[in-house]
Amino acid sequence: MINKIVQSVAEALAGVKDGATVLIGGFGSVGQPDVLIEGLIEQGASNLVAVLNNAGNGRVGVARLMELGRVRKIICSFPRSSDPVVFETLYREGRIELEIVPQGTLAERIRAAGAGIPAFFTATAAGTLLARGKETREFNGKPYVMEQALKGDVALVEAWEADRWGNLVYRGSGANFNPVMAMGADLTIAQVQHIRELGELHPHMIMTPGVYVNRVVQVDRGGDWLKPEKA
Amino acid sequence: MPFTRDQMAARLADDVPEGWCVNLGIGIPTMVANHVPPTREVIFQSENGVIGMGPAPAKGEEDPWLINAGKQLITMAKGASFVGHADSFAMIRGGHIDLCVLGGFEVAENGDLANWATSENDTAPAVGGAMDLAAGAKRLWVIMEHTTKDGRPKIVERCGYPLTGLACVNRVYTNLAVLDVMEGRGFVVRSLAPGVTLEEVQAKTGATLHTN
Repeated sequence: MINKIVQSVAEALAGVKDGATVLIGGFGSVGQPDVLIEGLIEQGASNLVAVLNNAGNGRVGVARLMELGRVRKIICSFPRSSDPVVFETLYREGRIELEIVPQGTLAERIRAAGAGIPAFFTATAAGTLLARGKETREFNGKPYVMEQALKGDVALVEAWEADRWGNLVYRGSGANFNPVMAMGADLTIAQVQHIRELGELHPHMIMTPGVYVNRVVQVDRGGDWLKPEKA
Repeated sequence: MPFTRDQMAARLADDVPEGWCVNLGIGIPTMVANHVPPTREVIFQSENGVIGMGPAPAKGEEDPWLINAGKQLITMAKGASFVGHADSFAMIRGGHIDLCVLGGFEVAENGDLANWATSENDTAPAVGGAMDLAAGAKRLWVIMEHTTKDGRPKIVERCGYPLTGLACVNRVYTNLAVLDVMEGRGFVVRSLAPGVTLEEVQAKTGATLHTN
């Protein structure tokens, strides 16, 4: 019997190694695997490379992980947020590396890793600072930049529902980076609001097939977790 | 009288025809949606995977799971759909967006756009999806004030700030004028704000303005 459901957040994060590249889903506060991030703080892995769209907000979640000195490098498209104090301090003091990647290139680099494509060419960023040091080639008279796949050792994702096969259903705009990150890592861990019986999730609704998912943990987010952040 | 920001957004919205799929950037661009009448069907795409945004939610009707790229609460229009980021940006980068509207720091007469960093040494500049949109949308219209707060031109011969995209801007909507960017010609005046003269606009522009 296939059963990817684990009983605790600690169990879900067991084995994440120092130096791991960790893909973190979510866009703003929607679809963010916040309980898994807290679990990663507890778990203790350090020297991490964090791949996500923003560089954390306030002093919780990814920002807290960074503040504790556990993140060596961040790869993101938008290091600003309504309260980016932790990242900005660390960056100014030279205590964290930053790689800025256009948002679509970030998603596509992860997708490429998940699809077995080592590199691809894109028009995005051609002729800009973000193409520096990268191979550029012309196709049909237009310049394209070579971007390399970005593979995660671990992906932390959030979904609304899952079954024991690890099939995931998202809610509202909560899919965002989660499906692509689920396919782009060796070990994909999902936090979900609801566990359903196998067969209960309609195949039409499943955006991430369980083949991409290794562990599922149900979380009670409780309280005011539904409140979106301001910026 | 120069246009207010709301009037700039309304002026741009007048030029968006029925049937287009449109991505609006953060800031003044977002205001454009308020000025497209509901009788004109336009599909608003947001890069976080929302295809078909509706108007802002009424008080008490907010769904915290529905946000746009600016992290504002939204509604879904009839016919709307969700995709993940990879598919959303495939749509953008693959040329399926009819129009993207972005803000700008500078637009050059060759259509270059600078709107993400103010110097090469910017500490942690934030690019987001701007470069993908600049490179991938079928048309890019920039909406911005004609000059900086201290009166320097933002419409120039060559951008001084780091570029977002090369030769990507097709039209610029400002508080003073609407300018087409035409290959080989540069800026061509399409219309002026009410009571604004061509001489006045030229004086506040760092590139030559052409007229038909």
